[in-house]
Amino acid sequence: MAEYSALSLLKNALTGNKDWKPAWRKPDPKASYDVIVIGGGGHGLSTAYYLAKEHGITNVAVLEKGWLGSGNVGRNTTAVRSNYLLPQNTRFYEHSMKLWENLSHDLNYNVMFSQRGCLNLAHTPAQLDDYARRGNAMRHLGVDAELMSVDQIKRLVPALDVSGSARFPVLGGLMQPRAGSARHDAVAWGYARGADRRGVDIIENCEVTGFLRDGGRITGVLTTRGEIRAKKVALAVAGSTGRVMQLAGISHMPIESHVLQAFVSESLKPIIDTILTFGMGHFYISQSDKGGLVYGGDLDGYNSYAQRGSLPIVDEVMSEMLALFPGLARVRMLRSWGGLCDMTMDGSPIITAGPLPGMYLNCGWCYGGFKATPASGWCFAHTIAKDEPHEFNAPFTLDRFYRGLIIDDKGQGATPRLH
Amino acid sequence: MLITCPYCGPRDVIEFTYQGDGNRERPQPASQNLDAWNAYVYDRLNPAGDHNEIWQHSGGCRAHLRVVRNTLTHEVLSTALARGGHKAEGRS
Repeated sequence: MAEYSALSLLKNALTGNKDWKPAWRKPDPKASYDVIVIGGGGHGLSTAYYLAKEHGITNVAVLEKGWLGSGNVGRNTTAVRSNYLLPQNTRFYEHSMKLWENLSHDLNYNVMFSQRGCLNLAHTPAQLDDYARRGNAMRHLGVDAELMSVDQIKRLVPALDVSGSARFPVLGGLMQPRAGSARHDAVAWGYARGADRRGVDIIENCEVTGFLRDGGRITGVLTTRGEIRAKKVALAVAGSTGRVMQLAGISHMPIESHVLQAFVSESLKPIIDTILTFGMGHFYISQSDKGGLVYGGDLDGYNSYAQRGSLPIVDEVMSEMLALFPGLARVRMLRSWGGLCDMTMDGSPIITAGPLPGMYLNCGWCYGGFKATPASGWCFAHTIAKDEPHEFNAPFTLDRFYRGLIIDDKGQGATPRLH
Repeated sequence: MLITCPYCGPRDVIEFTYQGDGNRERPQPASQNLDAWNAYVYDRLNPAGDHNEIWQHSGGCRAHLRVVRNTLTHEVLSTALARGGHKAEGRS
């Protein structure tokens, strides 16, 4: 019987809910492991889960400096989509989408994946042409995409200002119906439980402070809970990549850490049942099951490790929301927060073996890391287990910049704050 | 966040455009040193702490500035005119 099922719910309800096991143990670190994963966020936990499930590697530790899921997996706006232009990105994110579609069953944990669609609004004829091109590129690779008219959009989102007198009139949009959102904490907890039940040690409050080396090879880590050796050390530390790589003696990376803010409003009756993005700026919004509007916009635009943003972006994001939904002017914002984004020079991630012997690197998620969580761990686990990338992550190398093989979906060039 | 422009005095950050890591060194235009070009275009120091960076006072006097700012606290420690472009002191 699955650990969580209607039967187990009933049985535990009748016995006073006293027999539930904790979702993961709190083990002390062992002296050595086959694989250490640094970073107990979504990507680190899914890496450990797929190492155990797909490759039978269970002598694994996940080291987390804070508590589990305290970083970006709990700070994002939960959008899941695979609506990219370039085939390298489309194949990878579509693989992620397929894993999402079965994730609750696979983990026996309800991640509340809700395929409510993601609609990119177009405000100029050129933008609509560009969306048609991207939609065709997606469909060419078997991903769902539909161009929507203003009338269809008006029926889907009645609160949206689609009048000709809007500040930026809506001319149409590109919809990916299979896109959606998920409950981000459940994703972290589900992967953690799945990994733990297969033997992975999840060690919280354990910060990596240095690397152990034998010659040039990485052979383990120094942590606040002692020295831990491992045959393979894998990094999945997102916004802290620069900091952790510096511990390994690598001072320069094709990455800048930036701060991205997110916002939640007070709870409202259902008003937006899709994910909507604004085309004349950078703004995205959806509504949570609790009724809060979850929304965000651009990066603050300068290097930051502060996990908090500043007011100009708050002002800009609110202005963009009101350009789309004038009727939300009196809605109060409940919470806002910031997370660190590891912005690469082309806006695409890095999942690779190296750059040092014994080290494996997963980073560069910009602000698209949440939707990638399943495929990122799946591909990273493959790379760690086999010492070579899967075809889905083979393009996401660290040396692609030097080799001229950049994957720049938006064509912005090496300006990380614009990706 | 306030940045003190040497010409205009303390101004709000919205008047400025961020131009990134000021530690990079631009090779001579005719240089065929691929490593140097790669480092200039793609590699960043990205420290958690004091960061040497270039800003432009694009909403004011348009001067380019060299700013030292702490990336953990957002405190601006010093500003000066960015004479000499991206070439930084102390890095050959």
